[in-house]
Amino acid sequence: MSSALSIFGLAGLAFSATMLFAQQALAYRIFVSNEKDNTITVLDGASLSIIKTVPVGARPRGIVLSADSKSLYICTSDADHIEVLDLATLKVTRILPSNPDPEFMALSRDGKTLYVANEDNSQVSVLDVAQGRIVSEIPVGVEPEGMAVSPDDKTVICTSETTSMTHFIDAATHAVTASVLVGTRPRFAVFTKDGSQVWVSSEVAGTVAVIDTATHKVLHTIKFDLPEVPVAAIQAVGINLTSDGKYAFVDLGPANRVAVVDPKTFAVEKYLLVGQRVWHNDFSPDQKFLYTANGLSNDMSVIDIDAMKVTQSVPVGQSPWGVVVAP
Amino acid sequence: MRIPGSGRICPDRLPGYAASVVFLLASMLPCSKARAADEIPIVYLGLDMPHHIASTLLDPPPTDSGLRGAQLAVADTNTTGKFTNQHFSLQVLQAADPATVENDFAQSLAAGKRLFVANLPADLLLKLADTQGAASAVILDATSADDRLRGADCRANMLHILPSRAMLADALMQYLVTKNWNRIMLLVGRDPDDALYADAIRQSAAKFQIKIRADRPWSFNAAAQQADTGHYQVNDEVLKATQGVTYDVLVVADEADHFGDDLSYRTEQPRPVAGTQGLVPEAWAHAMDEYASTQLQTRFHRESGRWMNAQDYGGWLAVRAIGEAATRAATADPARIIAYLHGPDFSVSGYKGPELTFRPWDGQLRQPVLLADENALVSISPQPGFLHQTNDLDSLGFDQPETSCHLH
Repeated sequence: MSSALSIFGLAGLAFSATMLFAQQALAYRIFVSNEKDNTITVLDGASLSIIKTVPVGARPRGIVLSADSKSLYICTSDADHIEVLDLATLKVTRILPSNPDPEFMALSRDGKTLYVANEDNSQVSVLDVAQGRIVSEIPVGVEPEGMAVSPDDKTVICTSETTSMTHFIDAATHAVTASVLVGTRPRFAVFTKDGSQVWVSSEVAGTVAVIDTATHKVLHTIKFDLPEVPVAAIQAVGINLTSDGKYAFVDLGPANRVAVVDPKTFAVEKYLLVGQRVWHNDFSPDQKFLYTANGLSNDMSVIDIDAMKVTQSVPVGQSPWGVVVAP
Repeated sequence: MRIPGSGRICPDRLPGYAASVVFLLASMLPCSKARAADEIPIVYLGLDMPHHIASTLLDPPPTDSGLRGAQLAVADTNTTGKFTNQHFSLQVLQAADPATVENDFAQSLAAGKRLFVANLPADLLLKLADTQGAASAVILDATSADDRLRGADCRANMLHILPSRAMLADALMQYLVTKNWNRIMLLVGRDPDDALYADAIRQSAAKFQIKIRADRPWSFNAAAQQADTGHYQVNDEVLKATQGVTYDVLVVADEADHFGDDLSYRTEQPRPVAGTQGLVPEAWAHAMDEYASTQLQTRFHRESGRWMNAQDYGGWLAVRAIGEAATRAATADPARIIAYLHGPDFSVSGYKGPELTFRPWDGQLRQPVLLADENALVSISPQPGFLHQTNDLDSLGFDQPETSCHLH
């Protein structure tokens, strides 16, 4: 009996050791930009405890991970520049120019070029990261915000909110090659993994347009029906699609919900109740968890994707805006 | 569609195969340079208003209210137009007297103009709407709040951008109901517009079961506050005017700002002031920064050197409505733009939350109404719980069953 127990005990010990090792191997950190207290909250992915709260420039909003995952680019909107957070030391080591009021940006897959939406002056600034210099300015519609780069780095997407358009920009020539009308106040764009579609959320219309990147036609407009929520509160913002093509997660702003959408049928499968005014989201590296930045409740919600449930809420800084996971 | 050679073509204007061919040809230049843009002329009609001295000489009301909003919207809309090959222009016809406005309007019609934004009083608007040949035009009434223009005197060729007085009054009364402030005192100025505002308050109070505990005219000379020691006299007058009444809120009807600002802190009982001063129901306010309106506020301030007021917002929204119709209908043809404005698909974003649409029964733009003072946004009506069977925004103002407009 006792030997049997000890064998079980040993096995259990070995099992926990494996788990510990596995967790260390999969260690990752979560970064949240806090618009109102000018900080980035750094959390440990496994324990969800706060590792550090890093002071940065005024009004940090859009955040993007560098291609080598060693730095985080931060749009500090009211400081009118981009700050580079070194992820080893957790210190801001470099300032990049951005033109006024950078709100959101997208990085080319090769990591060389940042495309920055300048909300206040209707243009996209093209930033050469290595040189730390703006190499081009592309006029777009009024209040550009959503930015995305196609998987082949050839097409840049910019959504302009007041113009209600999704602009397709040729990354080589910087020419606007097509402008597609979508629902009112388009604010976020993301490509599907194969680059055949771009999904664009519209904040005022409360819809998501799925655009065919070859024809520039809107294939489908996803609507969200929440009878218990005032229509004005259903504001589609951040979107993320799992790489297995199973799910799209759409943040619905002050509706305080994340919609789970089937990317094949465009049907809304479920609404998950998260914190207040959910802006943006990101996956854990294994895509088993989704983290959302909730602007009004000052917290981050954790969604277990297998269970399709909100499992935890973690307090972060004031007015969380962006969330990015770094391996 | 144009034949290649006659000019460049926007790829997104062409279907399928043709688009991909042209896409390659045009990819070196933005399609905004494709060909001469379609011109969409808008005429702005304004009338110089008699100079009046507001309650303080230090802060005179701007003389270009309305116009600056319309001008900003033309710039905003032209940024969009670069991508749709449309160019909007605003011809500003500001006149010193009503006869000149009528003449300007007739000449514009004769010159083929059909899209008008008006910053004019009600009687003049009606004259224009009834002008021969005006039936095929649209007049966007950018600034008036007159309920009769949405009621018995409504016109098929006129749309109303700003909330009517009935909508403003309902917005305030709904808020008072949520606060359980059910008893008001009404103090009414001497201008004809003040009587209209007071009527709207009376009707709305009845609708929301708010009791008017006293309904009094304000007849004291408005100039006293600028005299040295004048504030003692004003204090006495306000005390006398508000004596002997039990109420929760003092509602003032003083649209021209003669005396409303002098009421706070001087009433017999300590009571807040609301209406045309104090807590003001209005289409737009300096303190508004929800629903991404910070962008609009800063853009306007940068261009105009002052903050956007409700009339500027009306001018801005009127031009944006035309722009949105032209963009969505993909046309420069005024008849088709006007049809789209009146049609069921039209909506425009107004930085106040929901998309804004026109009420088909009276041409009024549905919208949330702000409740704000000089420096703070207090609330936005409709208040939660004031529901409507089709659109909660229709809990403000005259709903379809109550309308006296018989266009449809």
